[in-house]
Formats: sequence, C-alpha cells, structure tokens
Amino acid sequence: MLCERCHQRVATVHLTEISNNVKREMHLCEACARELQGGPFGWLPQFSLHNFLAGLFEPDVAHEALRPRVGGRRCGRCGLSEEEMARGGLLGCASCYDAFQPRLEPLLRRIHGTSRHAGKVPARSGGRAKVLRELQGLKKQLEEAVAREEFERAAVLRDQIRELERKLG
Amino acid sequence: MSLKDIVSRAYSYWMDGTGPEAGLVISSRVRLARNLAEFPFPHLLPVEQAEQVIHAVHLALQHREVTQKIGKLELIRMGELTAIERNVLVEKHLISPDLLKDYQKKAVVLRDDEVISIMVNEEDHLRLQVLLPGLQLREAWRLAAETDDLLERTLNYAFNERLGYLTACPTNVGTGLRASVMLHLPGLVLANQIESMVNAVAKLGLTARGLYGEGTEATGNLFQVSNQVTLGQSEEEMVANLTAVTGRLLAQERAARQALYRDRRETLEDRIWRSYGILKSARVLSSEETMRLLSDVRLGVDLKIIDGLSHRLINELMVLTRPAFLMKLAGREMPPHERDVFRARLVRDKLKQ
Ligand SMILES: [Zn+2]
Ligand SMILES: [Zn+2]
Repeated sequence: MLCERCHQRVATVHLTEISNNVKREMHLCEACARELQGGPFGWLPQFSLHNFLAGLFEPDVAHEALRPRVGGRRCGRCGLSEEEMARGGLLGCASCYDAFQPRLEPLLRRIHGTSRHAGKVPARSGGRAKVLRELQGLKKQLEEAVAREEFERAAVLRDQIRELERKLG
Repeated sequence: MSLKDIVSRAYSYWMDGTGPEAGLVISSRVRLARNLAEFPFPHLLPVEQAEQVIHAVHLALQHREVTQKIGKLELIRMGELTAIERNVLVEKHLISPDLLKDYQKKAVVLRDDEVISIMVNEEDHLRLQVLLPGLQLREAWRLAAETDDLLERTLNYAFNERLGYLTACPTNVGTGLRASVMLHLPGLVLANQIESMVNAVAKLGLTARGLYGEGTEATGNLFQVSNQVTLGQSEEEMVANLTAVTGRLLAQERAARQALYRDRRETLEDRIWRSYGILKSARVLSSEETMRLLSDVRLGVDLKIIDGLSHRLINELMVLTRPAFLMKLAGREMPPHERDVFRARLVRDKLKQ
C-alpha cells in the first residue's frame, strides 16, 4: 500500500483515530508520519483545553493562594467544591465567581493579564444601572476636582468617565 | 424551508466566496458566550433544567423585535437530528463537536442563511455565532451585538460589572468574545514561514492553529487565527486588533506568493495544474487528499493561473467532501473506501459544470 499523503513511498505507519464516533484510518510512510506529527499543526493528540486549564489551577509553589486547600470552600448555590473546580477547569454557576473569588483573581490575571471587564454591558439587567451610578459618582468627583484645581486628578477622572460612557454605547 | 432542509443543503452564506479579501480569507466569525443567571452552567445542568434553558431561548427567539430586526431564527433539538445530520452541522462550521456529546440536553438555533447560529447548552447556555464570508469581522461583531441585545430583552444573563459576562470556563469570561478568521496560507506554508507566523501571532495575544489540525487532519493550508484574551479590552478593540493582524498576515502571504511565482513559476504552475487534473479525473479520493488538492486549485484561481472556477465552488467542495456530508448526500452510512469513490465522483461532476 502506498502512503496516502505522498503517494510515493510505501505506507508503514498505520494510524487509527476515533472522533465523533467515526473511526478513521490513515496509512502513511514514515517520512510523512513524522512530518505530520512533528509539525506545529500536526496530528497532535487531541489537545484538551480543560486539562490545560486544570493545569493552570495546579499549585504554583510561588503562589500560596493557588494551592488547593483540603476541604476547601464550596459554592453555596451549585455545590461545586474548590477541588472539583481545580480538577475540571470549569466553574459550576454564576455564584462560583463570588465563592472562589480569592482563587480566581490570580488565575484570571494569569490568563487575561487583568481581572476587569472593559466591554459590553447588558442593557437591561443591573449592569447598566450600576455603570450609570458609577458614572454619576465620577462626574461629581470631577466637578470637585476641577473646583479644587486638581487638574491631574481631573484628567484621570475624565478618562474613566469616557471609558464608562463607551461601555454604555 | 425547514430546518431539516437547511441541514442537508451544502451551501452556507459563509461559503459565498464574496466579501473583502475573499481569496485569502474564507470566513470571519464572531462568537459570544452567554449564560442565564438563574441556572447552573451546562455541565452541571440536570435534564429538566436543560430543557428549561432551551425553552427560555426558544421564547426569546419569538420576541417580535428579534423576528423583525434579525429575522426568523429556528430552534431544533439535537436529539431530533440523525447522527449524520449532527455531524453535517459540524462540517459546515455551524456547531462545535462538543455539541454532539450528551446531545439530548442540547439544541441549535439557525437563521435560514446560517449567518447566525446559536448553540444551546454547549459549554455555556448560549454560544451565539455570526459567520460571514471574507474579512468582515466588524460586520460580524455588529450583527452579533445586535442579536445579543435583542435576546437580552427576554433572557436574564449572568453578568457581573467587575468581571463582565460570566462563563463556565474562566478563559471566556468578560466579553465572552471569540473572534476568528479562516485563512488560506499556502504561500507561507511553501515558504516555511508558518512556524514563525504562529509565534509572532502568539506574541500579539492571538492564537493561530491549523483548521483541521485538532486530532484529525492538518491539511488544506487552512489556518484559524483568533483572540485569546476575553477580558480587559472592549470587543471593538479585540476585533480591530485581529483585523489589523490579519491584514499583516495577508501582506506576508501575498509577498510569499509573489516570490514563488517569480522564482519558481513552472514548478508552481505544474503543481497547480496537476492537482486540478487529479481532482477532475481521479476515481478514488480521500478527504485528506481532496483538501490538499483544493488548496492548490484555490491558489491557482487566486493567481489567475486557472480561470472559470469560483471561490464559491471551491468552498462548497471543501464542505461537501467531508465524510458526514457525503453520507448525507448518499443517504446512507458508507465505509471509508466507498466514501472515497463517491467523493471522487462528486468532485468530477462538480468540476465539469
Ligand atoms: Zn508519504
Ligand atoms: Zn456555583
């Protein structure tokens, strides 16, 4: 049998892969097999994002905060334990974000470089109302800063206001 | 047209072969992850509650403003489709393979042109996707945001003003946005520049990967580039960043193609014509080989070496020749060899037209 990739050399590597319940076979020569497996986009074994994430939760010697605590806390709403979260790489419900906040903060910074949302805000739910309230507060502070001629502070506040106004769209 | 018909149709608007940069950028996609505040995330969702989520989404679709501004969106439960039909949706890039697992708890929503789709109860309660042909990330984002706003009239999203939209996986939290482009980069592959491209892209906060590179195939010179970070930037910034990087990748791809055409013209033309010849006359074609040959032919069309062939036909063939689609067309399960014979016949017929 010839290699199904190059059609030039004899196929000596026979690979079987099962995905979506479909069995797939590939017959390759050694050179092609090596190329496919070694390349940056190769035929890498199924790479599971969740395993990778679970790895992120793994204790980092330098970060005491990330160490799993035996009998650690649980989410009061969905019942997910800190340990289960660390193992599975997934949170259980919206309240988990509060329940595991101390653990999540450093993780989010590690993944995203920040732990603060700067994008779209739902028009209807509490989010928009809260942003509006925050905006009002900042505008008041800005007036005060200008009145006291604290111009550096006023510039910072102006940027924050602009940012929030953009969020509201 | 019923949803079952949509599923079995080969054509999706994203394959249109139109839109800016249609030759090099096959499609642009924006996906938003959203969850309903009152339910646990899908992986902890019992069957009855999964049904409630599906029901809530179904209701939201019927909101008058949704149908007026976005159009008719139809929902179908994954359990109502056959295994082949479910796989066809994956091959058309409308759902992820994850939606096939535990499918009794899941549903998919489609607009007739398949530009808008929503996966229900995948990793998050909603995964709203907008898929357009060519480089149209901004347009895709605008339509996704509009649809999202309208659904939000009915649905109560899990949102936290500090962290943004809450998602099952912390890699999606914040905007819940994943924007991506599907690029055809044979020039960079032939010039051995792919690895450095991947590294350069990673430094810009983006990810590049082979489109069929996850476990099965790494062929066709198709790459997907997407944003990695979802928190700390606005959606517009993320979309603008990806658009700018894509522009630079396209410039590099064009330079690589020009160099090849200048320095190795005969070799390049020979390869393209041979590939076209095989597609037009082969009797047995594996899906791997088909993708590789179609990549050469697409390059030939871009370089005006081959004429009279549209990007749309090439895009359609990319999808039509996938295993589940062939079986859908044949109307039955087929073992691999039979599939390869059927595929070769289909390709010959399509290229004759
Ligand atoms: Zn070979
Ligand atoms: Zn929870």
